[in-house]
Amino acid sequence: MRSLVLLVAMIWAPFVWAADLEDRQMFEGAAAETTLRVISSTDTDIFAPILEGFLAQRPDLRIDYAVAGSADIVTLIADCPDCYDIAISSAMDLQLKLANDGLARRLSGLEQTAGTQWRQTLFGFTLEPATIVLNRAAFAGRPVPETRQQLIEAVRADPAHFRGRLGTYDVRLSGLGYLFATQDARTSETYWRLMEVFGSLDARLYCCSGDMIDDLAKGDLFVAYNVLGSYASTRPETRDKVAIITPSDFATTMMRTALVLDATGEEAAATDLVAYLTQGAWADAAQPEYPLPSIGVSDPARLNVVSLEPGLLVYLDRLKRQIFLEAWTSALVR
Amino acid sequence: MRGSGWSLRRRLTLTLIGGAAVLAILFYLVVRTYAQGIAQQSQDRILEASVTSLMDAAVVRGGQIELDLPYAAFSMLDTAADDRVFYAIHQGDVLLSGYEGLSSGPFAPMGEPRFATRGFAGGDVRVATLTHSLPASPRPVLLTVSVAQTRDSLSGTLLTISINAAVFGAVFFLLAAGMALWTSASTLRPLGQIAASVARRGPSDLRPVTRSVPTELSPLVTSFNALMTRLSHSLTQSETFIAEAAHRVRTPLATVRSHAEVTLMRVDKDENRQALRSMIRAIDESSRAAGQLLDHAMVTFRGDQLDKQDVDLVSICSDIVDRLTPVAEMMDLDLTISSDGPVPVQADPILVQNAVRNLVDNALKYSSAESVVHIHVSAQPGPSITVTDQGIGFPKDQIELLSQRFQRGDNARDTVGSGLGLTIAKDVAEAHGGRLELKNLEAGGACAVLYF
Repeated sequence: MRSLVLLVAMIWAPFVWAADLEDRQMFEGAAAETTLRVISSTDTDIFAPILEGFLAQRPDLRIDYAVAGSADIVTLIADCPDCYDIAISSAMDLQLKLANDGLARRLSGLEQTAGTQWRQTLFGFTLEPATIVLNRAAFAGRPVPETRQQLIEAVRADPAHFRGRLGTYDVRLSGLGYLFATQDARTSETYWRLMEVFGSLDARLYCCSGDMIDDLAKGDLFVAYNVLGSYASTRPETRDKVAIITPSDFATTMMRTALVLDATGEEAAATDLVAYLTQGAWADAAQPEYPLPSIGVSDPARLNVVSLEPGLLVYLDRLKRQIFLEAWTSALVR
Repeated sequence: MRGSGWSLRRRLTLTLIGGAAVLAILFYLVVRTYAQGIAQQSQDRILEASVTSLMDAAVVRGGQIELDLPYAAFSMLDTAADDRVFYAIHQGDVLLSGYEGLSSGPFAPMGEPRFATRGFAGGDVRVATLTHSLPASPRPVLLTVSVAQTRDSLSGTLLTISINAAVFGAVFFLLAAGMALWTSASTLRPLGQIAASVARRGPSDLRPVTRSVPTELSPLVTSFNALMTRLSHSLTQSETFIAEAAHRVRTPLATVRSHAEVTLMRVDKDENRQALRSMIRAIDESSRAAGQLLDHAMVTFRGDQLDKQDVDLVSICSDIVDRLTPVAEMMDLDLTISSDGPVPVQADPILVQNAVRNLVDNALKYSSAESVVHIHVSAQPGPSITVTDQGIGFPKDQIELLSQRFQRGDNARDTVGSGLGLTIAKDVAEAHGGRLELKNLEAGGACAVLYF
């Protein structure tokens, strides 16, 4: 086991940077006896309703909910595989690699539709498309773009207006941003042309969705590309100020996935939480604009869902990542 | 001959079933091995495609390898069982990217990928490794690409095939076992039929077996028939010999007896008279035995070739009563006969006469003076002749044995007799398809019943 951990640590070496928890909160069940340790890339306030719903069913549990960036999650787990019971992340590729490298436990008794789980270790429970979020005020009197091509045209039509007002993930820092970028690049050349345009207009790079949406709401940013639109719709104060556009050419869609770490001592309780997530029961109870659309209620047909398959490992390869980042940097960073 | 050493049928059945079991197991192993080969081959082909596509994507720039991994290289390894995938890319012997320890140098250029199965990251994996020498200046660069995949999907396929093969094997075995049972039964049936037909025969039926038999059995049956012929011939000879001997002995005995009687009248001395009486008594015994041997030989002979006629049992018995009444009177015995009217049967009158005479003879012999020997002829329920006396009866524990040849009751030691009388009566009854029943009367005395 130790050699496996060492192995994993070495493989992840390119991703290692100061990995810290962004947040850590305790959710107590009514009669809590057992603690489930969850490490997640989802902000606590967004995930809290789900956890509370689960604890209402399982009052004997207490959930230690830690939040970290999706790339950091991998580092934290590699450093200490038995520090957490469950890993929840939006970076499907990183999660798949954890499962592929043998860090996830196979769970029995979980019914899943085909394509939403991998090896009974990795379970998708949401479908969330990458969207283009616009500042409504900035687009007043202008056509609202529905596709990447239209966005390119809109920006090119008035470069001065958009200079320094375009934003997207810094894929060097964000695991989810890297996943969306690589899948976009796989799907269409339009992505590179869009990035060229972004780069030529001094696009701002962000580590996280939250900052981007904050800046959009403030009006510092006019366009945020590849943001989880759901994040923007959560907060009432931003909802009116932004327009969330699911690109109609293709909408790269990720599944938020959960896995139970192989080193867990609480397999039964952890399996129950994963089952609660995959059943999507929380989606009915939550408000309609709740930002995590359950996998059951979304319509995957019109979405370009990233599939859970070994191909996801390709862009995590050191050489591949190097080539991709070089291309991305040369397009965006001037 | 030992009776229960081993069974031909069991041996045949076991051999056939054993053969079927061996075939079924062989079938299972062959199918499994074949399927394993095919499944492994298909996994190897995909791994080869993956390795080749990685190799094709490599370019050398400034002595350094650049490898833009094609997405398909790994996505083509997607399986129903979601097998895990590992890879390693080496330049020379240095790991450029991928999983450490998956493959290790020194590597040498090869035209075709090399495959191996080994343990990695907590499971069995199939590894395909391909090394190419890429042209570059100042010297060529050695690139090694290894792609590995776990064997879960393969095992799943194999398990399905194995289960199917096992089911087919089991069904084949069951069918073959059923056929083995049927085959051995039907093969050995003629043997059983011959044995049964021989077993069903009467004790004196020595005819050859004439039914058609399988070729394999004909030597046995031919030998058996030859044995039967010899046996029958030798039996006839010995019966003829006995009859001849008895006949030859009887005449001189009669002469000796008459001389002894004449002499008895002449001598006066008591001890001499005593000796002569013993002599006459011995002569009587011998003569009687000779007579019975003759009777028995005749019964045996006639029993084989029964001369059946319409006869009345009552008239036969009355004749015997008439003939033996003087003898009975000499012994101070009453010989009586009763019947419910004529009892007509199909029978050999000479044999019936012989049988009844022997029974009455016995009854007279074992009766004490002043008692009655009675013959009753009845038609109900079947034709039967009952001879009863008021004598000592049969010894209880020997009733079953008495009708065998030369068997005499323990209580008959003092009486003249050969032990053939009951045998003759029994043989006659059986020759007519009937039987002889011996029992003791509750009031005392013996009872012999001839059923026809």
